[in-house]
Amino acid sequence: MQLGARAGLKPGGKPLRDHFGDALLEVARQNKKVVVLDGDLGNSTKAETVREAFPERFFNIGIAESNLVGVGAGFAATGHIPFIVSFSSFLLCNAYDQIRLAIAMSNINAKVVGSHGGITLGKDGPTQMGIEDLALVGGLPTFTIVVPSDPASMHAAVRAIAEHEGPCFLRSSRVELPYIYDPEDTPFEIGKANVVREGDDLTIIGTGIMVAAALDAAAVLAEEGIEARVLDLHTIRPLDEEAIAAAARETGAIVTAEEHLLQGGIGANVARLVALNHPVPMRFVGLRDTYVESGDPWDLLEKYNMTPDDIVAAAREAVAAKKAMVT
Amino acid sequence: MPAPPVLDTPELKEKARQIRLDILEMTTRAGSGHPSSSWSATEIAVALFFGGVLRYDPADPWWPERDRFIMSKGHASPLLYAVLAHAGYFDRERLWELREAGSPVQGHPIQGAMPGVEATTGSLGQGLSVGLGHILGGRLNGHDYHVFVLLGDGECQAGQIWEAAMAGAHFKAGRLHAILDYNKYQETGPIAREMALEPLADKWQAFGWRVDEVDGHDVAALVEKLRAARQREDQPTILIAHTVKGKGVSFVEQDFTWHGRAITKPEQVEKAREELHAARG
Repeated sequence: MQLGARAGLKPGGKPLRDHFGDALLEVARQNKKVVVLDGDLGNSTKAETVREAFPERFFNIGIAESNLVGVGAGFAATGHIPFIVSFSSFLLCNAYDQIRLAIAMSNINAKVVGSHGGITLGKDGPTQMGIEDLALVGGLPTFTIVVPSDPASMHAAVRAIAEHEGPCFLRSSRVELPYIYDPEDTPFEIGKANVVREGDDLTIIGTGIMVAAALDAAAVLAEEGIEARVLDLHTIRPLDEEAIAAAARETGAIVTAEEHLLQGGIGANVARLVALNHPVPMRFVGLRDTYVESGDPWDLLEKYNMTPDDIVAAAREAVAAKKAMVT
Repeated sequence: MPAPPVLDTPELKEKARQIRLDILEMTTRAGSGHPSSSWSATEIAVALFFGGVLRYDPADPWWPERDRFIMSKGHASPLLYAVLAHAGYFDRERLWELREAGSPVQGHPIQGAMPGVEATTGSLGQGLSVGLGHILGGRLNGHDYHVFVLLGDGECQAGQIWEAAMAGAHFKAGRLHAILDYNKYQETGPIAREMALEPLADKWQAFGWRVDEVDGHDVAALVEKLRAARQREDQPTILIAHTVKGKGVSFVEQDFTWHGRAITKPEQVEKAREELHAARG
C-alpha cells in the first residue's frame, strides 16, 4: 500500500486500527463513563487497549453480536457511554435488528464501532469485509455516521462521538493510512466536511481511505493542469449539504470515491444533494455490485478500479463532461 | 423515595381484574393489539408492581437506583401501559390513545416514549440482553437494583435469549430475573406443535440459571416467589409461570387464533366485559 505517496503525505506509522485503539484508550482515560464491549475481536480491532488499562470497564460479550448490542443498550441506559466494537460486517449484519430497536429507535447514547471496513482488510476475504456497512447503518434514522480518513482524524472522531449525545457509528480500517492532518490541530466537526485541497476545476469527495487516494489523484491531475478540490467527507450523516452544494456550484464537476458498494454508498447520497442544489456532471469510484475475493489490499483496489489512477480517470471524464456542457 | 403500595391478596386480585378490563378497553378501542398475550401475564405484572416486589417511584420514573421492569414480549404492551398507569406513572386516560397516530402510547413499547417504558421491544428476543446491560452498568455505578424481564415463551425460540442466558450466568448477574409467561401458544399454534421448547426448565438450569415454577395466575404465590428471587444473588433466576393465554375471557382462552386480534364485535365485547366484571373476588 502506498496511498498518499504521490501527494507527499507522511506515513501513518501503523495501521489505522492501532490508532483507533490509542484513541479509544484516550477517551476511556478521560471519561470514566466510557465502557468497551467487545465481540471477542479486541486484539483485531485494538479495543483491547482498554482491557489492559481499565479491565473493570472492558467486557468481552463473546461471539454473540445480538447480545453484545443489547447489553450495550442497557449500559447506555445507566448513564455509561458504551463503545460496542467488532468487525463492521459482523455488527451490522448479525445484529442489525438489535442496533435498529435497542439503539436507533430508542435514540440512546451508544457508540457502534465497525472495524475492518471495506475491502482493504484483504486476505481474510469477503466474509469479513464490510462493503455494505455504510448503506446498512445509513438505513437507521438517528445515527450519526463518521469515517475517519487518517490517524489524526481517527483520534478526533473518537473524541467527537464520545462527546456527541446520541447513536453514533464509526468505521475503522485494518490498513495503514498516511497523515492528512496535523495531529496537534485536526479540524473535526461532526457534519462539517473538510476541504483538504483547494481547486476550481472539479471536486473529489472522498471518505475513509479514499481521501488519501483522492489527494494522490489530485497531485497527478495537477501535472495535467487540472486543479482538483478535495473534500474529506468524514461524516456520512448528517451530510454537509453546504459544502457539497458549494463544490457543485464553484467547481462544476464532482467525483466521489468510497471503499464501499456504490449502491447505498456516499456517491448516491452526494448525488441526491447535487441534484437538489446544483446539478453538475458526476462520476463515481467504488465497488460495483460485486463481492471481492481474498487478496493483498493493493491488488484488490487495482482489480476493482478503486486506486488513485481510477480516480484520475474518473476526474478527466467529469471535467470533459463539464466542458461539453458549457460549450 | 415514597414506598410503592403493597396490596394484600384480595386487593391484588381486584387490581388484576381492573387491569384486564382496561386491556380489553384499550385494544377494543384501538381495534387491534394483543389482549390475549396481555391477559396471560396480568397477575405477573400485578405481583411485581403491587405485591412489594419492585422498588420504584412513579414521580421519579428514571430514578437511577430504581428496579427495572422490561417487557421483552413487546406485544403485551397493553398490559405494560395499564400497569404503569395504575401504578401512577401517567394518567389512566392516556391508555385510550393506544396505537393512535401522534401518541407515545405506541403499538409496541418504545424506550422512554412513556414514563416507565424501559426498552424498545416488539422484535422478539431482545429484552433479556438489555436487562443484563442494566445490571452490569448498575454494578459500575455501585447500585444494587434488580432487573425483572418478562419473557414470552415463543421468544425463547430466539437465539439471542440464549446468548443473554449464557452471558447472565457468566457475569453472575444474580440481580437479573426472568419471568416466563408460559402460556404454551405462539402466533400460529401450540408451541409443542410449532417449535417445541421442552425440556425448558432443564435448558435454563443447564445455562446456569436458578429455576422455579409457579401457577402464573396465583398472585399470592407469584409475590412469594418473586420476593424470594431477590434473596440470593449468586446466579440469575427464572420463574417459569404456567399461564393461560387469554386468561379471563372464555372464548379467547379456548382459541389461539386470538393472538394478534382485538375483540371488536359488539356481542363479543359485551361477553368479555361481563366475564371480566364477574371475576370480582
